[in-house]
Amino acid sequence: MSGATHPMVRFHNLHKSYGRVEVLKGIDLEVAPGQVVALIGRSGSGKSTALRCVNGLERFQAGELHVCGHDLAAEKVDLRKLRQDVGIVFQSYNLFPHLTVEQNVTLAPRKVKGVGSAEARELAREVLAQVGLSDKVQSYPEELSGGQQQRVAIARSLAMHPRLMLFDEVTSALDPELTGEVLRAIERLASNGMTMMLVTHEMAFARSVADQVVFMHQGRVWETGPGDMLLDPQTAELRQFVGNGL
Amino acid sequence: MLGLTVQQIAYIFQGAGWTIVLSLLGFVGGTIFGLPLALARSARARWLRVISSGLVQFIQGVPLPVIMFVVYFGISIGGFEVPALVAAGLAMTLYAGAYLGEIWKGCIQAVPKTQWEAAECLALTKPQRFVHVILPQALRIAIPPTVGFLVQIVKNTSYAVVINFFDLTYSAKVINNSTFKPFTVFTIAALIYFAICFPMSVMARRFERKLHRN
Repeated sequence: MSGATHPMVRFHNLHKSYGRVEVLKGIDLEVAPGQVVALIGRSGSGKSTALRCVNGLERFQAGELHVCGHDLAAEKVDLRKLRQDVGIVFQSYNLFPHLTVEQNVTLAPRKVKGVGSAEARELAREVLAQVGLSDKVQSYPEELSGGQQQRVAIARSLAMHPRLMLFDEVTSALDPELTGEVLRAIERLASNGMTMMLVTHEMAFARSVADQVVFMHQGRVWETGPGDMLLDPQTAELRQFVGNGL
Repeated sequence: MLGLTVQQIAYIFQGAGWTIVLSLLGFVGGTIFGLPLALARSARARWLRVISSGLVQFIQGVPLPVIMFVVYFGISIGGFEVPALVAAGLAMTLYAGAYLGEIWKGCIQAVPKTQWEAAECLALTKPQRFVHVILPQALRIAIPPTVGFLVQIVKNTSYAVVINFFDLTYSAKVINNSTFKPFTVFTIAALIYFAICFPMSVMARRFERKLHRN
């Protein structure tokens, strides 16, 4: 194994079912270090499920999945170790409402990594600056707009210094103006070399920021390529999907 | 005053003091017993849920005076002579614990599942998720119904009269027996109960409104 080119995420023929309904029907997908991969597709195409498999929120029945050196098919995969390497941001932010922005951001570093309180404060300042929220350290989530809350959620994940970031439809609950500020924060991360996978409905964003776009359809990777593939779809399904998008 | 001597009125108030003591015992004991019950009721392990829910169902299905009798005479059968306060305190603990456990179970489950998930994704251990993320939110939700239930505890301590525990109801009964002024005596007792309970009801309502505003 050569370290440099070893993919950070590798799906191989991954199958996942809920009861008798197979939602992922053999996914093959690789994410190289530093790469930004956008998963697009209709609701129910399996893109969120695939993303949630990456940090072990969903388990799968067959196939292989390696993430940051963790073998997720293994019976005894250490999910807590995995989650120190993989951050995730959700559509509904899921900030802790009883904690200030700073406490939200520093809870996991303090409790999981044993970071001291002075160091944690410094860490909070650093990651909140990255998402442009240095002035909101002492605010509570309910005092922030949706876009600000989502950026705090991003900062909260960054504070664990993950090697890989997952974004699950993080702008779907936001109006266009707030969507912009969140997407810019993600763009900045991408340009800093963060490896990331994002499920998104923002086609223009996927095209501009992603090194690789993955179109999923009916539980399969239907078409994949660089961002510009959205301008020239090879399959009828993708053509129809982006038809009124770009 | 009202046809009662100062000593007689003081005697009634003395009983009220013991009502408060028993209420506190019931609340503290109920908390110690109810919190693990709440956790067990919302645990993942099935056997924990079955045992704890059986316990809750049983206690809730027995009238409090009967619990008082069972505890009081149950302990004496074992050959131990216990003061009525201990028996009453134990009975109140069982009673309050069963109800508080149910209330708190609901509060824990009222915290959205996504909060567990977010905490899990930050690599927190299960106890850490509970202590730092779920519990503080559940506590906030729990304050109004808990304070509301305190009123039930205070009122229901009066059942301890069945095992001759000296409380407000008991002292009122004694004074009535010697003065034969039941209306006056029990009205005084009623007013004292009300004076203890009403502020708590008001507080519970205020907490409730505050919670809904946020």
